[in-house]
Amino acid sequence: MSSKEKKKTGSREEMYRSCRVMQQALKYIFLVICCLMVIIPLVVVLIGAFKTHDEYISTGVFELPAVPQFENFKIAFVNGKVMQGLLNTLLILAVSCFGTIITGTMTAFVLQRFNMLFTRAVKAVFLVAALLPNISMQVTVFQIVSKLGLYNSLAAPCVLYIGTDIISIYIFIQFLNNISRSLDESAILDGASYPRVYFSIILPMLRPAIATVLVIKFVSIYNDFYTANLYMPSDDLAVVSTALYRFIGPYGAKWEIIFAGIIICIIPSLIIFLVLQKSIYSNLVTGSVKE
Amino acid sequence: MADNTAAKKKRSLMQWLKGYTGQKYTTTLLFLLIPVVLLVLFTVIPAVNMGIYSFQKRDQLGVSWEWVGLDNYVRIFTDTAYLQTFANSIYYLIGSFVQQAFALLIASVLCSKLKFANVFKGVLFFPYMMNGVAVSLIFRRFFQKGDGITNTEGTLNSILMLFGADPVRWLSDPNIVNVCLVFASIWRYIGFDIIMYIGAIQSISPDIYEAADLDGANAWQRFWYIVFPNIRPIVGLQLILAIKGAVSVFEIPYIITEGKNGTSTFVIKTIETAFKYQKVGLASAMAIVLLAIILIVTAIQKAFFKEEK
Repeated sequence: MSSKEKKKTGSREEMYRSCRVMQQALKYIFLVICCLMVIIPLVVVLIGAFKTHDEYISTGVFELPAVPQFENFKIAFVNGKVMQGLLNTLLILAVSCFGTIITGTMTAFVLQRFNMLFTRAVKAVFLVAALLPNISMQVTVFQIVSKLGLYNSLAAPCVLYIGTDIISIYIFIQFLNNISRSLDESAILDGASYPRVYFSIILPMLRPAIATVLVIKFVSIYNDFYTANLYMPSDDLAVVSTALYRFIGPYGAKWEIIFAGIIICIIPSLIIFLVLQKSIYSNLVTGSVKE
Repeated sequence: MADNTAAKKKRSLMQWLKGYTGQKYTTTLLFLLIPVVLLVLFTVIPAVNMGIYSFQKRDQLGVSWEWVGLDNYVRIFTDTAYLQTFANSIYYLIGSFVQQAFALLIASVLCSKLKFANVFKGVLFFPYMMNGVAVSLIFRRFFQKGDGITNTEGTLNSILMLFGADPVRWLSDPNIVNVCLVFASIWRYIGFDIIMYIGAIQSISPDIYEAADLDGANAWQRFWYIVFPNIRPIVGLQLILAIKGAVSVFEIPYIITEGKNGTSTFVIKTIETAFKYQKVGLASAMAIVLLAIILIVTAIQKAFFKEEK
């Protein structure tokens, strides 16, 4: 009887273990299928970018090219203006990141540290402004931009990215909530002026928040399509997104060149993602939670 | 004598400015000057104009305009071309519920003991980092129907044909085109939700899991009785935010189908109305309607998730 019982518990344990193994296997299968769904559309692009036009027309999407071609990349980069787009994007990124950090931290410093009627009013306006739907707003922002003479210039997106970025101000304010006022006070006792407090205490302490804002800024500006599409129709003023978007016309039937353009445009994002993976996860999530 | 008092006044003003109360004002003025000018120029004035224009018939240049009362608003809610876009946002709303469910499932699987969890996480997240135009073009090819001359079958049809099925006209069939666009949208954004849910699940104390393990809870019980109740506020918040997302869809349908074939969304229609048909009054009214929806949703969100803060 006892041996029978032992056998029973033994088989139950075995069953339990095999159930565990099954469960674990199912998890992997599920994740692999999910990842394949992400990867397959991309693999097709990667393969296609190395094909000649004749190969593209005559072979299936999963067939590898006979000889990998690099010509498509050259055409996309130079004739397709992706290079120009990368340069313009880089310039816009640099100017707007610099501008946002300076104006954003200054605004946050004043709004969070000084409790006056005026600062409270400005804070309230920012709060409401954060709710306005970005793309729909362009219906009337457009006329202001035109009147200021910024239409069809690189200044238009720069000014808009700096002037309408309220999320960054929020992130800075949130962060300032956790920087003790006693630091300011002790500096003031030593005779420092408010601008001095900002430059030598607050700004350096905000470094982690600045990192968060930079990551969010990169992702949103590098991937933004509509601002550039609306305000910079000129060929020379293409950014990465619009350069790629304009492939649809002239290269509409030449997908191998579009593919090459897509790959060139994804590479910077991929590099940044691989290098900063961990901080990107945490920064984007903190950014959104505070939105 | 008079000179003396003036000088005195001047000095006291200077002193006041140098004192900390005065400094507060000068610093505020100095630091807020540019941000407030930008805020007024690019947010306050456009928002006020939008409210005014929404009651006008007006073109892009604003040379000739007239008051039309509520005509623009009436048109938005009676013209079928506009109502269609509201119907389309229901696809995206349902899509984002599906997206949340899958994100939660994937996140809870990724939080269990697994090898290569970081690789899976990275692959699933990366589309979120990708350029929207690139994603849209990738899905143009993904759903493409071959014509035998300039284009071979796209990715999805090629996979179907491997299994012996017939190719489908994904993007020209009005019954399925929106589902395809929603799929592309989920593909692009789900990684972000996965990361958010992973963060939420990992913030649950491991002691609770240990206790559950001792009681012999299985994976499903663990999820339903421990994980889900703990992250329910976030799930609720996400579902409410999904409404905002569903009415604000723009990029993917704008680039993949150019809003044709009954795939136009409210925002695409707004932009077309303003810049293609030059009807700024009507477009302003549409933007105000969108803003109203967003304000209502935000009010609901604030009312339900007060304790969050």
